[in-house]
Amino acid sequence: MSLNLSRFSCIGEAIRESSVPFKSNLALVEINRDLENGRWSHLDLRREAERFAAYLQDHGVVPGDLCAIVLSNQSKWVISGLGIYWSGAVLVPLDYKLTPPELHGLLTHSQPKCLIIEWPIWQKLSKESSSIATTTKVLVTEAPEGADLNGAYRWEDSPQGSFQFHRRNREDIASIIYSSGTGGRAKGCMLSHGGFLTQVEQLHAVVSPVEDDRYFSIIPTNHAIDFMCGFLMPLICGASVVHQRTLRPQYLVETMKNYRITLLALVPLLLKMIKQGIEEKIEALPAFTKSLFEGIKTLNETMTRKQPRPGLSRMLFKGIHDRFGGSLRQIIVGGAYVDRNLAEYFYRIGLPVAIGYGLTEAGTAITLNDLKPFRGDTVGLPLPGMELEIRNPDEGGIGEIWASGPTLMKGYLDDPELTAETLVKGWLRTGDLGKMDASGHLKIVGRSKNMVVTEGGKNVYPEDIENAFEDISDWEEFCIFAANYIWPEGRLIGEQLIVVFRPKGDGVSEILLEGLRKRNRHLADYKRISGFVVHERDFPRTSSMKIKRQQLAQELKSLRKREEALRPLKGDA
Amino acid sequence: MNEAVLSQLVQMVASRFKVDPKQLGAEDDLFERLGIDSLQALDLLGELELQFGVEIPDYVLKEASTFGGLAEAIERYK
Repeated sequence: MSLNLSRFSCIGEAIRESSVPFKSNLALVEINRDLENGRWSHLDLRREAERFAAYLQDHGVVPGDLCAIVLSNQSKWVISGLGIYWSGAVLVPLDYKLTPPELHGLLTHSQPKCLIIEWPIWQKLSKESSSIATTTKVLVTEAPEGADLNGAYRWEDSPQGSFQFHRRNREDIASIIYSSGTGGRAKGCMLSHGGFLTQVEQLHAVVSPVEDDRYFSIIPTNHAIDFMCGFLMPLICGASVVHQRTLRPQYLVETMKNYRITLLALVPLLLKMIKQGIEEKIEALPAFTKSLFEGIKTLNETMTRKQPRPGLSRMLFKGIHDRFGGSLRQIIVGGAYVDRNLAEYFYRIGLPVAIGYGLTEAGTAITLNDLKPFRGDTVGLPLPGMELEIRNPDEGGIGEIWASGPTLMKGYLDDPELTAETLVKGWLRTGDLGKMDASGHLKIVGRSKNMVVTEGGKNVYPEDIENAFEDISDWEEFCIFAANYIWPEGRLIGEQLIVVFRPKGDGVSEILLEGLRKRNRHLADYKRISGFVVHERDFPRTSSMKIKRQQLAQELKSLRKREEALRPLKGDA
Repeated sequence: MNEAVLSQLVQMVASRFKVDPKQLGAEDDLFERLGIDSLQALDLLGELELQFGVEIPDYVLKEASTFGGLAEAIERYK
């Protein structure tokens, strides 16, 4: 049955209303290793969120104010998020894994009225930016007794006061989700209440969540995928969200088993790790059992050709399915390029993987495989209401993907110039290259924008990491690129960041390379450069002396092939 | 810092990742030295907990990514 949320004007209203029919259903469970910290029904959650909303209102939060959350996946994330929505405020979820300077940068950019943050992160951040608590109300969770809170308030001190529910309009901004910009130009996607409500309806049409579903929230909830699948969708549909406070693999598996998880949304990196775990177990089996296993895989593949048959697959692969709780019915994968072989591996053992494609700028997903039948080679059909165009296709039908639909962002926060480049006449320019097949499925084949996406679903823009190398004086000038942007390879696995530089008169010295390696080491692993190109010509520049990146890339491509120009930066990672 | 804890930690890590313990110093970054990602580091943390009989929160890896820092954290949570 399709979900109709058209009667609601905002996300907060939709979730409040769901808490009535689903009041006794389990909404939230938080586990820390083997111990359950707490569980909340939809009614309990409503009470907690109202209490927290009252606390926010006591602190002066009014409709339209921005409130940022920097919490790991835990119950207080969900309670705070609801409290923010019910106060009519704008939720700004930030990645709890960012470094203090990165967090400081995004907080400076978004200027929230209120910040909700975990104690260990606050300890470090308050050292980095001591003045935050003077301009922002900081509510810190789980601070030890007697700790100096550096001007923050305890999250747990929220009173039992009354609160006023503030309804927002569909056109109002519900959240600002950063798609990148931790080192340079912050890209805060402004997403509306109407867009989110439509996206929940669209995903519901394909994933069909039911109130008995138990979703395991593993990807950080600030990520557009978990924000949708681990926060908005289950709460609106009366389903449950499970949080495990540690990400240790053994506890993740235990949690899946003990809480009989039915839905998971993952990035490809995590899926790959699960595959490795399964393969290690299979490798340890006797030769006869292994060959039997291969035969069962073929049988399952034949029997589920048209669509998944969870009951049958669970019976055939009881050992594997039991390891994940025996109830897992679907794994949604997105956030980065998904290797076809990886998805097919899971399909063959009866764990259906639905590959999706989207951008935060599009409100999360644009396409999703409906598993009827399973396809590992595409990212699926456009979600209901979304339109796709392949612009300027080549003879093979490959061109840039443009998307249109009701879920697109309103723009980037405080960046009309970038907004105008990205949103053109109601269409989102994705910067990805793809083609449509005869059945209307989208295939992603590359990128036309200068960026890489890691298997962990992180977008890295080369401009954002240039400041890490700016103090090197042993070159005349430099520029960082995604290697694929200069020399497209038509594949999206193992994308590389590289530096192009014009050396000083004495050429490429070991001192210069060591300087590069040293600065590389201070970057997060996914931001490190892995190779360099020496370019002897002056870089093309605009009248304001900015490097013309596109022109430089074209120049590099026309001069030499990738394998001739690119040299590895050994010993850096 | 407790030198005995550091030494035991270094020995354990060296044997697990097959590196020479002499190459692992208190100031060295474990991600950089061992070439591991954050999920592998979490796995390692689980093993350290078993070895030292302590419970260390995941966020310790953000606070202390050197061998010395990790040894101090083990001491702190003992």
